[in-house]
Amino acid sequence: MRVPLPSDDWIADPRRGGLALLALVLVVLPIFLPNRFYYDVAIHAGLAAIAVVGLNLLIGYAGQISLGHAGFFGLGAYGSAVLTGTHGWPPLLALLASALVVAVLAFLVGRPILRLRGHYLAMATLGMGLLIFMVITNERTVTGGPDGMAVPALDIFGFSLSGRNKQAWYALVALCLLLAVWLALNLIDSPVGRALRALHGSEVAARVGGVDVAEYKLIIFVISAVYASVAGSLSAHYGGFITPDAVGFLHSIELVTMVVLGGMASTYGAVVGAAVLVALPQFLTAFHDYEQVMLGAILIVCMIFLRRGLLPSAIDLIRARRP
Amino acid sequence: MTILDVKDLAKGFGGIRAIQGLSFSLRAGAIHSIIGPNGAGKTTLFNLVTGLYAPDQGRIAFLGETVTGLPPHRLAAMGLQRTFQNLQIFETMTAVENVMVGRHLHILRGLLPSLFRLPSIVRSDRDARERASRLLDFVGLGTYAEIPAGAMPYGALKRLEIARALAAEPKLLLLDEPAAGCNAAETQEIDTLIQRVAAAGVTVVLVEHDMSLVMGVSDHILVLDHGQKLAEGPVAEIRANPAVIEAYLGTRAAEAGAVPAPAG
Ligand SMILES: Nc1ncnc2c1ncn2[C@@H]1O[C@H](COP(=O)(O)OP(=O)(O)OP(=O)(O)O)[C@@H](O)[C@H]1O
Ligand SMILES: [Mg+2]
Repeated sequence: MRVPLPSDDWIADPRRGGLALLALVLVVLPIFLPNRFYYDVAIHAGLAAIAVVGLNLLIGYAGQISLGHAGFFGLGAYGSAVLTGTHGWPPLLALLASALVVAVLAFLVGRPILRLRGHYLAMATLGMGLLIFMVITNERTVTGGPDGMAVPALDIFGFSLSGRNKQAWYALVALCLLLAVWLALNLIDSPVGRALRALHGSEVAARVGGVDVAEYKLIIFVISAVYASVAGSLSAHYGGFITPDAVGFLHSIELVTMVVLGGMASTYGAVVGAAVLVALPQFLTAFHDYEQVMLGAILIVCMIFLRRGLLPSAIDLIRARRP
Repeated sequence: MTILDVKDLAKGFGGIRAIQGLSFSLRAGAIHSIIGPNGAGKTTLFNLVTGLYAPDQGRIAFLGETVTGLPPHRLAAMGLQRTFQNLQIFETMTAVENVMVGRHLHILRGLLPSLFRLPSIVRSDRDARERASRLLDFVGLGTYAEIPAGAMPYGALKRLEIARALAAEPKLLLLDEPAAGCNAAETQEIDTLIQRVAAAGVTVVLVEHDMSLVMGVSDHILVLDHGQKLAEGPVAEIRANPAVIEAYLGTRAAEAGAVPAPAG
């Protein structure tokens, strides 16, 4: 049985330091980033973490699976790419417009499929992701098809932020991540978050308690889709080029893996999961042909010995050491 | 005044007819008990009344309004609450959070205020937490407030469910075997608790196998057998009813020597 941290735990309580600690880590981290390559890894990790914090609200807290979130990530990415690149929109407006479209789409798709449970919901969201992938791949005239398309630099209020400007991007992504985490923590510790955790714990008791379960599942599906969309938009601008890989099934699986690896129903765990899964392959390149094998083996070992995920298991270990 | 009116209700599962042609009505402001052997259909009846199951046939009226087919959260908003025979606890949440879920319909719960943690939400949540703590004290679980419910003992969880249900300020409270698995002292606490809840103006329906609890606390008893009404009436009448003794009390009375006297 999974027993969560008591609420007096400093890291579980956003207003007693968890968020401040994350901010501190993000401020201090650049000291340990020796060159542009490490900055690049950190930025990619931060962008993934934004999407994973959102997905964790759906999977970890509300207990609903999605194997199609790369679809929302991709719609955000391509939405920003097409609106800024082809139509010359300001990037910030394009990001918000894409997020709005994704929210509406998630709302429309979520309504029928969130009635499904477990494996059936997994299949339905998988199908949704594949459908978005097919559309993006096939609409060559708009998206460039399998070849992908270039994305203009992000400019915010007239200040242009090229992907080559690593320090500026690091700062931007760090701020967005802090915002994403703050919003998630607020939500979890609110009537909405309690309703979500309740329907995860006992759907029957939540319904009898007055929670409109269908409505709350839909709300969190839409919110997690918007997180993915914003992460997608930012990633597109940062990379300067996108291909349908960002929308693909493997990317969806990667996002879910980050949630599970970091620790379900742990917002900071989601950040850790994203960081580890982005960083690890970079360090495993030393193993050349065996890189994927090593990655797979590490994941298996983690899940066997740290079943609750990296962060919750680490906290348990620290606690066990204390007298 | 009638608070719950059930007409010609039926529900089957495949070949099993769990409830068949059941009609009864319950008066507001009293403690009612529903008794009957295992499999008589008591829990199924609760599931039908709370909207978790849709009946195959029949009509349910709550507070004079037909509510057949309404979802549970709509019924909750009308003032219907229940506890569960097989515990339904939010294990990863603390005891006080479990009870706060019961306040869901009474508190501010806007999405944007929640996301940005606006002062309105902070205030309303603080009130909800205070009320929930007081309810935990009321059911005798004050010391567990910040403990994850998954780490609480079984007997405490039964009362946690009652606190959660009370948090919703119900007009009608259905209790499904609240004393099951409890020792004599805990059963006595449940007995007192039920009387205090009823004294506060809540109509209580108790499903329970502990006959001394039922006989001691009830104003009115409904006896179910094979999904049908076997008898109905005040305690003394039920205790003397030969059909009831034969079908239900009889076996237990034979084991125990006699029908136990009311407690308290
Ligand atoms: N969801 C279900 N699916 C199939 N059969 C069910 C279901 N729920 C109840 N039943 C059957 O309906 C009948 C009535 O069950 P119910 O749980 O209502 O009895 P009960 O009076 O609450 O019994 P107990 O005193 O043991 O709790 C039983 O035969 C049971 O097996
Ligand atoms: Mg039962």
